[in-house]
Amino acid sequence: MFDMLFQPTWSPYIAGAGIGILVCLSFLVCNRPLGTSSAYAKVWGLMEKAIDPAVEEKKEFYREEIPPRVDGVLMLLPGILIGAFLSAALSGQIHLSWVPLLWAGAFGNNAILRVIVAFLGGIILAFGSRWAGGCTSGHGISGTSQLALSSIVSAACFFIGGIITAFLLFHGTGV
Amino acid sequence: MPMCTRIHHHGKAQLVLGLCVGILFGFLLQKGGVTSYNVIVGQLLLENFTVVKVILSAVIVAMIGIHLLVRFDYAELHVHPGSWGSNLVGGLIFGVGFALLGLCPGTVAGAAGTGALDALVGGIPGMLVGSGLFIGLYPGIKPILCRAPFAAQTLPEFLHLNRWIVIVVVEACMIGILILFAGIGL
Repeated sequence: MFDMLFQPTWSPYIAGAGIGILVCLSFLVCNRPLGTSSAYAKVWGLMEKAIDPAVEEKKEFYREEIPPRVDGVLMLLPGILIGAFLSAALSGQIHLSWVPLLWAGAFGNNAILRVIVAFLGGIILAFGSRWAGGCTSGHGISGTSQLALSSIVSAACFFIGGIITAFLLFHGTGV
Repeated sequence: MPMCTRIHHHGKAQLVLGLCVGILFGFLLQKGGVTSYNVIVGQLLLENFTVVKVILSAVIVAMIGIHLLVRFDYAELHVHPGSWGSNLVGGLIFGVGFALLGLCPGTVAGAAGTGALDALVGGIPGMLVGSGLFIGLYPGIKPILCRAPFAAQTLPEFLHLNRWIVIVVVEACMIGILILFAGIGL
């Protein structure tokens, strides 16, 4: 049982079932779905608020959607980073790298190109998350588990958009 | 649930619980293999089905778990009303970013924790800027978000069927898909 903590990967079914239990725990003790993307909007809001304390009253989004607060949702972000670090460290899988293997195979080893595309991808990803009102965790897992139509449509579109973009991006690269 | 309700409204407890849930989530994402760019883009290229296996397994457990918690008054549903303008358009935009970054909002933080510097230096700052961009443009986008609302909030309401019948059918379909994947060696 303890050995499992040191294994590099678990069966996707076991890891997935664990995430399912965690989502239930979030409903029970936190009274909310397990969704990550709003944490980024909170961090941005706190940065804006540090510059202009009145921004919360000025911008509609903060009043109507996600107020800039340090709360349990925001704490998910450092938590995920620490948890993934612990998991990888226990199995000796911490590797500092700029360019993922699959990317390198198609587009080469240029770190600057990879970081620019990751940055642009992050912008579009966050923009789409806010537009759809959630991400893979909030819609894809917590929302579909509640049989929410908004989440079922969103999750389907995440993959439709993702598959089309990935095929266009890697088309003719031999990957 | 008086005890849980007290915890729900306890700000400091929620900070600690949020961090703990995050740590467990990050741990499970990494163990599941989905904090890796190669695994996620492999899924989008339909070469590696780990992401779908993790998500379906999570939903199979969470769907029954959440509905049992709600049934016995230990939790309530948190469903947002949706629309084509919000969920279809936003979902497709998300998909473009999903493929370019090769990670999603949760797994990009996890990838950074395992040493993926493109996630740490490119992906996470991009997520912050993208959120800020949407926050700034929100007053202009808001009318599109309400365009073509859905007729119902949940699948059972939409189908006018008993919730538990829908749950049993959807659970059976998801388990069937996983068995099918295993059967054809995906």
